[in-house]
Amino acid sequence: MLRYTLLRVLGAIPTLLLVIALAFLMVHAAPGGPFDDERALPGDVAANIERAYHLDEALPKQFARYLSGLVRGDLGPSYRYRDYTVSELVSASFPLSMQLGALAMALAIAVGVSAGTFAALKQGSYLDRWVMAFSMTGISIPVFVFAPVLVLLFAVKLQWLPAGWSSTAGASRLVLPVITLALPQIAYIARLTRASMIDVLSRDFIRTARAQGLSTFTVVRLHALKPAMLPVLSYMGPAIAAILTGSVVVEEIFGIPGLGQFFVRGALNRDYTLVLGIVVFYATLIIFLNLIVDVLYGAIDPRVRHR
Amino acid sequence: MKSMLPALLFVVMIAAALSGCLGDAPDSGVVLQRGLPSDPESLDQHKARSTQAAEVLRDIGEGLVGYSATGALIPAAAERWDASEDGLTYTFHLRPEARWSNGEPLTAAHFVFGMRRLVTPATAAFYANLLDAVVNAPEIVAGSKPPESLGIEATDELTLVVRLARPTPYILRLFSHPSTFPLHPEFAAQHGDSFARPGNLLSNGAFVLDAWVPGSIIALRRNEHYWNNEKTALDGVNYHVAVQGAAELNRYRAGELHITSTVPPDNFADVRAQFGSELRIAPYLGIYYYGFNLAKPPFKDNPAVRQALSMAIDREALARQVVGWGESPAYSWVPPGVNNYEPTVFSFASLTQEERNRLARRLYKEAGYSEENPLRFELRYNTSDWHTKIAVAIQSMWSEVLGVEATLINEEFQVLLANMRDAEVTQVFRASWIGDYDDAHTFLSVLRAGSASNMPRYADDDFESLMQRAADQVDLNRRKLYLEEAERVMLADHPVIPLYFFVSKHLVRPEVRGWGDNVLDYHYSQHLSLSAAD
Repeated sequence: MLRYTLLRVLGAIPTLLLVIALAFLMVHAAPGGPFDDERALPGDVAANIERAYHLDEALPKQFARYLSGLVRGDLGPSYRYRDYTVSELVSASFPLSMQLGALAMALAIAVGVSAGTFAALKQGSYLDRWVMAFSMTGISIPVFVFAPVLVLLFAVKLQWLPAGWSSTAGASRLVLPVITLALPQIAYIARLTRASMIDVLSRDFIRTARAQGLSTFTVVRLHALKPAMLPVLSYMGPAIAAILTGSVVVEEIFGIPGLGQFFVRGALNRDYTLVLGIVVFYATLIIFLNLIVDVLYGAIDPRVRHR
Repeated sequence: MKSMLPALLFVVMIAAALSGCLGDAPDSGVVLQRGLPSDPESLDQHKARSTQAAEVLRDIGEGLVGYSATGALIPAAAERWDASEDGLTYTFHLRPEARWSNGEPLTAAHFVFGMRRLVTPATAAFYANLLDAVVNAPEIVAGSKPPESLGIEATDELTLVVRLARPTPYILRLFSHPSTFPLHPEFAAQHGDSFARPGNLLSNGAFVLDAWVPGSIIALRRNEHYWNNEKTALDGVNYHVAVQGAAELNRYRAGELHITSTVPPDNFADVRAQFGSELRIAPYLGIYYYGFNLAKPPFKDNPAVRQALSMAIDREALARQVVGWGESPAYSWVPPGVNNYEPTVFSFASLTQEERNRLARRLYKEAGYSEENPLRFELRYNTSDWHTKIAVAIQSMWSEVLGVEATLINEEFQVLLANMRDAEVTQVFRASWIGDYDDAHTFLSVLRAGSASNMPRYADDDFESLMQRAADQVDLNRRKLYLEEAERVMLADHPVIPLYFFVSKHLVRPEVRGWGDNVLDYHYSQHLSLSAAD
């Protein structure tokens, strides 16, 4: 088990380095720079600014400088939010994004698994068809289409929920963003669970349990759920990545001051350090969470560990 | 127990997620809620750059002079000033009662320290060239002279002397700019470059920085030591960062904001009907224009075609129907309402659009173009519905009147800026210019040969010599005439197609008092108050 985990961790480091290098190249390849503006800077002023932010150095030197800072845990100053370091911006905004992501994931699992299970149990019935139709819709319609529709319905027309990110609304301001973020995952997880549950329910050991006189609910809870969850569990890795990237869109739409919004601003502002810092952070997070999923999978399914 | 584990984990996850849901602490006293389109880059006055940064800085700091709610220049940290006869020396007398937010007196040495830091190369200030007219300032920025040689000195605790290299009548207005605000030397030394953080920041304005959550809110509260604190009606100001206009509008509707920073450019009539007198629209010191790339064909050395394109646009229809928010069509480069100036207008401004079209067609034909040989070029602009709407309208006007084939290309803003700067692929491009201060110079200097913002790459000897002569004038009237002549010369060359002059748009709740519409769109919070709930 330990060896399995250790190998996984070691394999992550070259991945991370590659990600950083690619991101660095891409960010510098985009036309424009962090200090471009319609009010262009006069020659001397521009030169002073470039010198202060090391933008006059050759790219490899800038990359080396960035890496040496990274090793010390220093993600650099933001070029755009000049009073803050990237670390400060990330730690200020990530808790909110994590809150959103965690809630969305929890909702997706709770609703998705339940819906998928019920659909599998009532396979072929109207409930089954509705669940599948809904999940197809959830997967097909893009976030930026149904989010404004939800806002229009629940916030503007019915006035049940706040329209944007208000500082006075408390927990109700989370409802729409979380639902928006969770919807595609609910749809996907429902389908996965249904398929997997149908397969498990047809196995011999389930028939044995039923024959022993256990109720359907008990059979599902004690015997069917765990093996049916395996595909869902292995989907967790991509699901987390999807939620992280989806949060960028949702944060933009609802005006949530989370990490996703800083990412978008950073890209548009050519804030090199902020974009790189967030890429490093997301990459590390995704690699780490995937590692946990792999370990969990190994823990639940002994066959994986001994392969 | 084992089967309960997943359920338990689940509950823990939810609890952890919800724990951050506590509402924000309530404000105390009378607090104004304002919208801000994005975070200030910095509240260090030398590292700041944008208009929104300046807005917040004007509330927490104060310069030698300021502006009233209606846009008149008024004394601020300086109670009075004198100018020498030759216009090269200004003497400012500071208020003895002016204080920092820790109670210490504000002295002239603090202004000297601040302005030296502005021009010091290591500061990398964005407005380092604001004081270019001051003796030695350009040399210090270039690194060839030390900051101590700056022509600004404190002759005693309350007297500041500014020496200029050339007469610059608008210099007074520059001293309202946040880059010129004072800085306390010991305080800056103590905190280094991170002095602009809540809890650290020492300021001399009507408010102090209380809290700053990037991406969310900037909270200011009353500066008890401000010399004019008695007149400040508000106990606090909260600037809410609302990046999208639509989100800001929703918050205004929900009663969370008293003032919005802008209004989304949807149907003007609808918004006007919905909000009535809460919608405040006023002329703004800015111009929206299309520029030509004069460094490359087809517009290089081709004034006739440039003029034809300019004349074929029905600016009235554009302003009224396509844009439609009360902007005024632009027949000049300098907006109307600028101090001591009467903008020159195009020679064709007084013609009807029919007559302009006829003349335009003639010029077009004389330049060698026709239906078989139409003029083809690319029109570039940064991606936005607003710009697309205008570009499509103008493209069709050109097509109908002249038969020109203009290809519309929209680019991300940074890409457009890079292209404009390189002047390799651009032919016609959309741009704008916002004035830095209330004087024609801030517009006309853009098109001087050395200006980094001279996107068309306009270079004309007559224009240069007129601008130079205007810069050397002490007499305000003579200067005005030189500037007006310079504008006339430039307009006749058609390096740009002025389209319309901006308006500022805000939604202001009826309980907000003291709001004045002014051409600079400065709305100091210290002039504002909230009347009791109506």
